Amino acid sequence: MRGDSSTFEVVRPRGLAEALAELADPDRPMPLAGGTDLFVLLNDGRAPARRYLDLTLLDELRGIESSSAGLRLGARTTYTDLRHSRAILRRAPILAEMAATIGAVAIQNRGTLGGSLGNASPASDPAPVLLALDATVELARREGRRVERRTLALSDFFTGYRATAARANELVTAVSIPASSLSGWRYAYRKVGARRAQAISKVVAAVGVSDPARSDRPRHPAAARIAFGSVAATTVRAGAAEGVLAGRRLDPAAAAEARAALVAHDIRPIDDLRSSADYRTLVAGRILVTLLADLGGFSAADLLAG
Amino acid sequence: MRLRLEVNGRRRSADVPPMKRLLDVLREDFALTGTKEGCGEGECGACAVLVDGALVNSCLVAACQAAGTKIRTVEGLADGNAGATGLHPIQQAFWERGGAQCGICTPGMLMAAAALLATNAKPTEFEIREALAGNLCRCTGYVKIVEAVAAAARAKPSQRRTGRDAG
Repeated sequence: MRGDSSTFEVVRPRGLAEALAELADPDRPMPLAGGTDLFVLLNDGRAPARRYLDLTLLDELRGIESSSAGLRLGARTTYTDLRHSRAILRRAPILAEMAATIGAVAIQNRGTLGGSLGNASPASDPAPVLLALDATVELARREGRRVERRTLALSDFFTGYRATAARANELVTAVSIPASSLSGWRYAYRKVGARRAQAISKVVAAVGVSDPARSDRPRHPAAARIAFGSVAATTVRAGAAEGVLAGRRLDPAAAAEARAALVAHDIRPIDDLRSSADYRTLVAGRILVTLLADLGGFSAADLLAG
Repeated sequence: MRLRLEVNGRRRSADVPPMKRLLDVLREDFALTGTKEGCGEGECGACAVLVDGALVNSCLVAACQAAGTKIRTVEGLADGNAGATGLHPIQQAFWERGGAQCGICTPGMLMAAAALLATNAKPTEFEIREALAGNLCRCTGYVKIVEAVAAAARAKPSQRRTGRDAG
């Protein structure tokens, strides 16, 4: 490690109220969960803080609850938890599919959903899936002796590059997926990185369409939810592409129009060390038509030619 | 902080800064230098150890987060599992099949293989490759490593007890 680890302090609360009291202090420590992002910075001599709030002992941030209201995932839910949860595999298998594309086993054992959302990296893999699932974020803070909670739509949570709507005294405590997203919708996910494991996304996307099989007009999705990562300063919902698909028959023509809208209006990719804006634009469009073809049961071959 | 934990079945303690990396605690405070530092950023898996049976990159774990856990490092792999050669069956298979060359990645490879076989006694080749996907090797081309893990899986189950049960 570059730098001296002995200069850092750690607070290790045993309960949420105690943790939130630390965050209420103007000299607040920085939350630490799986450490898969933080220790990369520390090992590179770029410590983002001097004091840390280790969440390891907070069991109340763990657990996946499945109910008639939907799914509630504690902030310390790991990618390994997602891959093995029977509730996830039954009700939201797209989350398990996503989790399998994060790093590799050792990263999946440590990285957490709350950590990913709190970091707000535009290259987050869970973020587009959770946006397609219309997830909400639960935030908790201390007000005097009380613990106050509020819930935000995830689509309102990412406010800028690595910036969120969470206040400095708030901690991400859970992510919830409404039951309305878990039946009557089908989802598809695609991540493109330098290789299949241990890669940060060049482009990542999730698409949900209301289930054609449940419609009285087969293959006419009433709605689509599309989200992309690594193509803008934040993970983004692709509102223009969604607008093209609303109420449309899901066919190659609709997919081609959605791709054009996506590229023209929804994404703003840049050149960086992982990829180029041109590559990301090309691949984002191809991912969208591929996922729509999978969900719509048509061939994307003509759309991908040339 | 006074860090107390169990390493390879032995209770250990040390006075360490709470944000010291588990990797450095193992190597510097406990002189267990089998665990290697490769990239220092969670990419290569050379520092992989088991914490309460789960594979982790010890360069990404704070010492304080390991308090009260049971750690297994490559030095403890053969403890109670050794065959006639004194090696664990996974080590034996790597030795026999040329799964190790320069050796830097080998401790992490062995621990990743141990984590896999503890929960999946008969892995497919895909499952072996997925389990080792976080461990980079610049010598072997991986083929002999994958073959070695498959061979270890075919060894008698009684010779393979490791990972979660053994802590």
